[in-house]
Amino acid sequence: MLNNLMQRHEYPGKLFVVEGIDGSGKTTQLGLLAKWLVAEGHRVFVTEWNSSALVKAATKTGKKKNALTPMTFSLLHATDFADRLLYKIIPPLKAGMIVLADRYTYTAFARDATRGVDRQWVRELYSFAVRPDLALYFRVPIDVSVDRLTARRVKLKFYEAGMDMGWSPSPIESFRIFQGKVLEEYDRIVDEFGLQVVDASGSITAQQRNVRHLVAPLLVERGVERTDEQPVG
Amino acid sequence: MSSPSDEQLEGANGGIQPGFYYGRGVPYLPINGYPGKLIAIEGTDGVGRSTQIMLLREWLEVQGYGVVETGWTRSPLMQPTIELAKASNTLNKLTFVLLYATDFADRLEKEIIPALKAGFVVLSDRYIFTALARAGVRGTDRQWLRNLYGFAIAPHMVFYLKTDVETLIGRVLAARGMDFWESGMDLKLGDDIYDSFRAYQNKLLREYNSMAEEFHFRNIDARKPIEVIQDELRKQVRAFLEA
Repeated sequence: MLNNLMQRHEYPGKLFVVEGIDGSGKTTQLGLLAKWLVAEGHRVFVTEWNSSALVKAATKTGKKKNALTPMTFSLLHATDFADRLLYKIIPPLKAGMIVLADRYTYTAFARDATRGVDRQWVRELYSFAVRPDLALYFRVPIDVSVDRLTARRVKLKFYEAGMDMGWSPSPIESFRIFQGKVLEEYDRIVDEFGLQVVDASGSITAQQRNVRHLVAPLLVERGVERTDEQPVG
Repeated sequence: MSSPSDEQLEGANGGIQPGFYYGRGVPYLPINGYPGKLIAIEGTDGVGRSTQIMLLREWLEVQGYGVVETGWTRSPLMQPTIELAKASNTLNKLTFVLLYATDFADRLEKEIIPALKAGFVVLSDRYIFTALARAGVRGTDRQWLRNLYGFAIAPHMVFYLKTDVETLIGRVLAARGMDFWESGMDLKLGDDIYDSFRAYQNKLLREYNSMAEEFHFRNIDARKPIEVIQDELRKQVRAFLEA
């Protein structure tokens, strides 16, 4: 049985991931972290959940027709992840770079279990994944997340709001129920996989200070490569 | 006492119960004994599966059974993506496996399970064994594969149309020629498509043979004439359905 996700990886690079529900502020924090790392002279690569070209067509078709079942939703995301792991994540890690992942396998564990997919099955499905050097979980109460999203006038998407589960015809209410359950799943995952919890209801600056404080010791640990050149991009 | 490797395989196939999930299954689709029957016809490319299925379907319908057919990579959700990925040659072995599994999950939930619920005989042109064989040849972890397909339903009957490479080569060349994937060119077994086809299909046949016992294959000699094979299939299917 594969259990890469439970073992330290041997690549010279570092893998840092952020997790949390929509509106937890994780993407903002990841962006600020990337800025700092680049300014410090590190070579950084950022990858986002569900972004590979390979499964884009199928995900789009499925989403448009609301044709995805919890199982096909789960497997499509795993396919996307496998594609990005092999083409986008592992090569920079081999090159000694820092890879920042906006969502990682834990998103699948939380969402798929909420949709009724077998918890253990999803974990085994992703057992080929590389274990992150640090996984930050931005924990936020559901009300704060909903307030943030509505303040930004974000239009809640069908699957993100868990509308496929048919728990409520109102997107906001559905989001609240669905993401509330996702939060419960994350709580299990935190202990199981040793995620580092960040209080995401605090100020952006305070959170970022905390994040950098957590990341800094890992950079010197194995001497992540730095470049003297000006960062590109 | 069982050896550790036996224990590991437990759960994936420890005591296969036809009509139920192999492993952990789909929790939101509990199975409590559907009236339909699932019959899988397995075998490599060019072994005559589709002809046999066509004839079997005809016969079953004459006998009064409702029949639904399902085939590998035929889900509306995934077929375009799989074709595209094959054409652009971007598939690595892991995404290959997962794309097929997604396609299978789609068909399982939307075709196979509803048909079994409604009491149809489901004829499956290839089943998960094709995926297990192809991925096995490519070195994917066997236990991981079995866990992955733990959501598949164990067929009531699995017919394995068994052949040898020589026969296969003759048939494939006569029918349509060798293609990139059927020849396992992605495995870089050789630059020559003929050599690669032979080596790849040999490996595939070994994988199928190694699964025969584990998944209760009923071996059918695919080198025999079409009518002889069909008679054998009908005999066994009749015995099963009338039991």
